[in-house]
Amino acid sequence: MLKKDLGLLVLIFVVGAVVATINPRFLSTINIANTANLVGLFGIFSIGQGFVIITGGIELSVGSIIAVLGVVFVDLIANKDVWWPLAALLVLAIGMVMGLVHGLLVTKLKLQPFVVTLCGLLIYRGVARFYTKDATAGFPFGVNFPDLEWITTGRTDIVSVLTGGSFHSILIPHSFFVMLVIAAAMWVVLHRSVFGRYLYAVGKNEEAARFSGIRTTRVIVAAYMICTTLAALAAIYFAMYTRSILPSGHGSFYELYAIAAAVLGGFSLRGGEGSIVGVVLGTILLQVLQNLVNLLGIPSSLNFAVMGSVILIGVIADQQFAMFRQRREVARGRLAASTAMPEAAE
Amino acid sequence: MTASTSAAADLRPATEPFLRLTSLRKTYPGVVALSDFSMDVRPGEIIGLVGENGAGKSTLMNILGGVIEPDRGAMEIDGVTHSSLTVADSMAAGIAFVHQELNLFDNLDVAANVYIGREPRKYGFLELIDAEKLHRTVEPFLDQLGATFSPETPVAKLSLAQQQLVEIAKALSLKSRLVILDEPTSSLPLAETERLLEVVAGLKARGITVIFISHRLNEVVHTSDRVIVLRDGKTVGELTGAEIDHDTMVRLMVGRDLKVNYVSPAKPGGDAVLSAQGVRTATYPGREIDLDLHAGEILGLAGLVGAGRTELARVLFGIDRPEGGRVLLDGKDVQFATSADAVKAGIFLVPEDRKGAGLVLDLSIAENITLPDLRSYARSNVVSQDAEIARAERSRTELDIRAPDLTQRASSLSGGNQQKVVLAKWLAMKPKAIIFDEPTRGIDVGAKAEIYRLMRELSDSGVAVLMISSDMEEVIGVSDRVSVMHEGRIQGTLDRADCSEENILRLAVGKPL
Repeated sequence: MLKKDLGLLVLIFVVGAVVATINPRFLSTINIANTANLVGLFGIFSIGQGFVIITGGIELSVGSIIAVLGVVFVDLIANKDVWWPLAALLVLAIGMVMGLVHGLLVTKLKLQPFVVTLCGLLIYRGVARFYTKDATAGFPFGVNFPDLEWITTGRTDIVSVLTGGSFHSILIPHSFFVMLVIAAAMWVVLHRSVFGRYLYAVGKNEEAARFSGIRTTRVIVAAYMICTTLAALAAIYFAMYTRSILPSGHGSFYELYAIAAAVLGGFSLRGGEGSIVGVVLGTILLQVLQNLVNLLGIPSSLNFAVMGSVILIGVIADQQFAMFRQRREVARGRLAASTAMPEAAE
Repeated sequence: MTASTSAAADLRPATEPFLRLTSLRKTYPGVVALSDFSMDVRPGEIIGLVGENGAGKSTLMNILGGVIEPDRGAMEIDGVTHSSLTVADSMAAGIAFVHQELNLFDNLDVAANVYIGREPRKYGFLELIDAEKLHRTVEPFLDQLGATFSPETPVAKLSLAQQQLVEIAKALSLKSRLVILDEPTSSLPLAETERLLEVVAGLKARGITVIFISHRLNEVVHTSDRVIVLRDGKTVGELTGAEIDHDTMVRLMVGRDLKVNYVSPAKPGGDAVLSAQGVRTATYPGREIDLDLHAGEILGLAGLVGAGRTELARVLFGIDRPEGGRVLLDGKDVQFATSADAVKAGIFLVPEDRKGAGLVLDLSIAENITLPDLRSYARSNVVSQDAEIARAERSRTELDIRAPDLTQRASSLSGGNQQKVVLAKWLAMKPKAIIFDEPTRGIDVGAKAEIYRLMRELSDSGVAVLMISSDMEEVIGVSDRVSVMHEGRIQGTLDRADCSEENILRLAVGKPL
């Protein structure tokens, strides 16, 4: 697992170095800060997607959740005058309930995750458009939320803060910090906690998990709830980042970014495999690629084509490498067996 | 050997063998699966192949099917010598298999299954399937077998016996000369078994040779012209004609060195720990099961495959809900919504399907052992890997799990060691009752003995042990009492003194004692 992450990190540096050589603006403070912001925003919900993918499921409604909860959040604080922390909690709670429903449909009614969440994708998108009557949701002129804006779109020179001003770094967007905090917390949950172990067990072999006395239903439902709650959090961040939401297009395809990030990060869509570091690195690589398209003057219409090609190449390379490793292991095993054979025969 | 065939009812002149196996040998690390095996196969004979589990029958089949390579020996087909076969060689030689687990596509119809991969085509390069021709071609094969279903019937709608006929029709369509039936009757009701035996006789009349692998010795006696008895990978006897009888085969199959030595419990059984009262399972919703499992005893649960034993175990362990009836724990009603409730109550299950349900093969040995009780190795939900390894280390010593590294995947272990890991999962907790479902299937003799010893240790420490087993020797050699199931209910319970193979078999086929 660690080797895989390392490979991805190297790839990010190689791509980054190539882009930086061709266009030095890649390393400009403003570009780095902007990329970090996007990594933060996309990372928040991609981590959630990882949890569902580990159970062997998939969550396709992430983009629509970001749209519908985005317009709800903006409407609550801008038009309904709801105190913003309350609105945020409400939005997170709605997100959590969405995951609960998805998870129960998958486990109790035994529906396929693809179908359940595809329906979610359609329903939430429709609701979002209906909610605003297809109009753009935004903040009226002069309405400000200083605290909320500081938390979501603020930027801090963290080095300067920590060293009391003796050293300086660039201004880093808070969305990136939030993503890092979530990643750290989720790393503990996935890689160190009881629940995380159960997730891997359920993803690899649900039957054996059940025969070990694990409440597999709860584990799977919890994974969907984590995913949609993080999507709800991302919805707030995206709403504050774009400040105006066109419900027909806001968040479109974002679930696919998340799935792509997870796959790049070493998750298996069959379940049971993947790491938090992997999905974060996958998100970074995707954003660097987006950045590459912009900075190298590639027509932005080719954006998806570039991304798709890199993911495809990455997955093929990874698979070939895995096969090579397996062959080597088999060869080594055979060697060991042939030397051990004389003793085993008698 | 060859001379005595004339003594049998078979009046066909002794023909030349078309398949000749000489000195086949196959070893796996630590096990000799097949040793110096030789056999001639002539057209139109029925050869019974009997032996205990692990005697080498499946190894032999896999060699003939081209699935595994023998280490040594030769196979001569129509005068051409091969040192090993490929699957294609085996098919070309006219060898067909009807496995215990049928290889049919139940989403397709009968004809499509018979001709899968060889469909008649039409319209040249369009390669459309000529369905009409397909069905027309299959029809006569079904007629020959006396099948009552049409080629258009979806396989999913057929009974198990009918599905076997589809497999045999496939063999006929391939012009097979040798059909190997692996335990074909083990899951069939009596009437269908008889019909199958007629089909086998019909194949012989057509000059097709049948190798008939079965644990049901009476069927072997009735059908076979010749019987080969395997034990520990060796041929221990070859019987022809009148020599073929039940007792002789049993004597040959059960070597004294394999006998399980019964160890009596330290003290007589205590109170009933786990009871089923009128429990009905989904497979046999009309039949009620009554069973009492006492502290400190090993209760064997015997019966034919499909008698409903595993279904009962699943209900007792909370995997499935009962259709009706009560489950009592220490005399009090309990209802397990999930297996987690059963585990909490101290009722554990070592499942039949070790790889599919017993272990998460891709997790490490240590992770598998701690899985059911992971919270005990965690502080505020964060798992301590040191505590896990320490536990696994203790289990390795206690159960003698042969693994160099406890962080290696469970998939890397041998069957016996995997089973010990499944056991270790539960022994690390406080069991009240443990259900073992076919605990030693596919495990070598040494590991078997250790598992029996562990079961006795458990029962002596006051745990109630329920052992589901189809291995007669194991049932008789290990159990303090034996309950026998037949078609969804307990047909009878035998005390130690009455536990004979004959008594158990009588009950298993549904006869009273």
